[in-house]
Amino acid sequence: MIKIEKRNDVSPSIYFFTPILAIFLTLFGGGIIFYVLGFNPVEALKFFFITPISDLYGFSELLVKATPLCLIAIGLSFCFKSNNWNIGAEGQLIFGGIVGGGVALLFYGHDGFYVLPIIILSGAIGGMIFAMIPAVLKTYLNTNEILVSLMLVYVAKLLLDYLVVGPWSNPEGFNFPETRQFSESARMPILFNGLRIHAGIFITLITVFLSWLILYKTYLGFQIKVSGLSLKTAKYAGYKGKTMIIIVFMISGACAGLAGVGEITGPIGQLHRNISPDYGFTAIIVAFLGRLNPIGIIFASLIVALTYLGAETAQIFLQVPKYTGQVFQGMILFFLLGSDYLLFFKIKFLGLKKNEL
Amino acid sequence: MSFDLNFIGILIGAIMASSVPLILAASGELITERSGVLNLGVEGMMIIGAISGFALMVITDNLFLAVIGSMISGLIISIIFGVLTQSLLTNHVATGLALTIFGIGMSAMIGKNFVGIPGKEFPLLFVNFKENIPFLGPILFGHSIILYFAFLLPFLTNYFLKKTKIGLIIRAVGDSPTSASNQGINVTLVRYSCILYGGAMCGLAGAYLSLIYTPQWIENMTGGRGWIALALVVFATWSPIKVLIGALIFGGITILQLHMQAVGLRIPVQLLSALPYIMTIIVLVVISRDSRKIKLNTPTSLGQIFYKEK
Repeated sequence: MIKIEKRNDVSPSIYFFTPILAIFLTLFGGGIIFYVLGFNPVEALKFFFITPISDLYGFSELLVKATPLCLIAIGLSFCFKSNNWNIGAEGQLIFGGIVGGGVALLFYGHDGFYVLPIIILSGAIGGMIFAMIPAVLKTYLNTNEILVSLMLVYVAKLLLDYLVVGPWSNPEGFNFPETRQFSESARMPILFNGLRIHAGIFITLITVFLSWLILYKTYLGFQIKVSGLSLKTAKYAGYKGKTMIIIVFMISGACAGLAGVGEITGPIGQLHRNISPDYGFTAIIVAFLGRLNPIGIIFASLIVALTYLGAETAQIFLQVPKYTGQVFQGMILFFLLGSDYLLFFKIKFLGLKKNEL
Repeated sequence: MSFDLNFIGILIGAIMASSVPLILAASGELITERSGVLNLGVEGMMIIGAISGFALMVITDNLFLAVIGSMISGLIISIIFGVLTQSLLTNHVATGLALTIFGIGMSAMIGKNFVGIPGKEFPLLFVNFKENIPFLGPILFGHSIILYFAFLLPFLTNYFLKKTKIGLIIRAVGDSPTSASNQGINVTLVRYSCILYGGAMCGLAGAYLSLIYTPQWIENMTGGRGWIALALVVFATWSPIKVLIGALIFGGITILQLHMQAVGLRIPVQLLSALPYIMTIIVLVVISRDSRKIKLNTPTSLGQIFYKEK
């Protein structure tokens, strides 16, 4: 007999155990898929998850990819914790990249320590402004933020496309859809020679620390958590819901904008059509996998970054498409959400009692 | 003059063709949402339908099997969503998103060996009439059977929701799952069925793309149409007939931007491509301001988890 009971309280150990369970189930599921497609599952998984980080360069690449993912997910955790469904971080990332990139082009040929900080700041502001569109529409006009933030992703993508093909395209670029390479003063400093890991990782780490401070040590953080748990309680306590909604969207937009500007001033060094391999969408998985907790998000971003790297390696060694990474990303989220059932329900395996026989 | 008129007819025919995937996917999603379930996995289910339809066409050389198979695969993939949201009570938004991400990845993996294979010609109906009747010919005739089905579907859906008992049950479940459950309706079963139906329709929408509209397999070939279909349901304020009108407007913009350069209008293509998205936002704002208008058809429990204590 199996009996299912509702749990009255969630134990913290199981709360952080289920993400690990989800990762193992994903590896297992991935192995099955590889097997069905005719690969040796153990070898395929090795190419996917071990080969990419078996040398220093690979490890640096892991951090290069985790840097934006972690940053965006941290921002999103503010929204999700307070029940605001900002799923347009990709658009906010791109818009931040556009604004930051525009400023970088403005400072083309300028030297000076002030150039990079101005670019980074403008990128953050760009992302913030773009995130305020769904926030303001939600608070003042009662518009669904899921759809608005999502629609704006495509608007941002098309705007970027227009700019790099048209007015901002490199005058000496033979009509390639890209801008000039930014000046050296507009690039993130590289941390180690020969590796791509750049100073953007410090921005991410500082943001993680600040978000922890805001979420757990300030009144705003308390308001965010209460609003997420119960909107009624929050209203009863007299919290100004509208201001809070706008603030969480601003934080999350700024983080996405920072991630965008970090990409274009870091590994990319110019604007072109594909400045982000859907980091904004994948970061939603990171936020969930990390349980909307700053430390959890750091670990989650490393794991999800590995699926990006793994897909690249597998593309070379196994000739599978680069989208394979998304199979793993989707599965992680499926298994994570599914195993959350264990958080709220107890499954009891009852043996038949002797006196029942 | 008759030539110009004929050209307009061809243009309208093209607009109709480009709106078919939107009508199919949005009509399916509309039923799902009317039962109170928000499935953001439309894009993922469409792309799975697209690759399964195309793969089956190549393997079996039978278009009928390919179309049916695409619907079944859309249905199968929507089971994942059903099990998670209905049986394991997961969050609809996150689960749907995972379904889209998973679907795009999975379709690319399956489709690896089907890239570059030419498609097969899909039979078109009444081709003689299309060529012989000016203006009306290209509008009414020479389309695939799926197009005719798609244009009938919103009316069928409307009738189904408003006039049949099952339609009434679906709406009741969407508006108030608790009262419906108290009336002895199995809410979970109704929602499961609506999710599966939505999956099948999205699969068909995908097959239309890979078998008829651009008969070949290209990675990520749905290109955001699933998201537009989702927006379309809201745009139409959950009314099937308005889905048809909205799909024609969105399809019209797609066709218009293809012809813009030919006509020589100097508007950036990207601005035109962005129009459907911007328009959806504007419509959302307009309908959301008037709470009476949006409440008329909005399923009240949309996206909320229903759990019945046993």
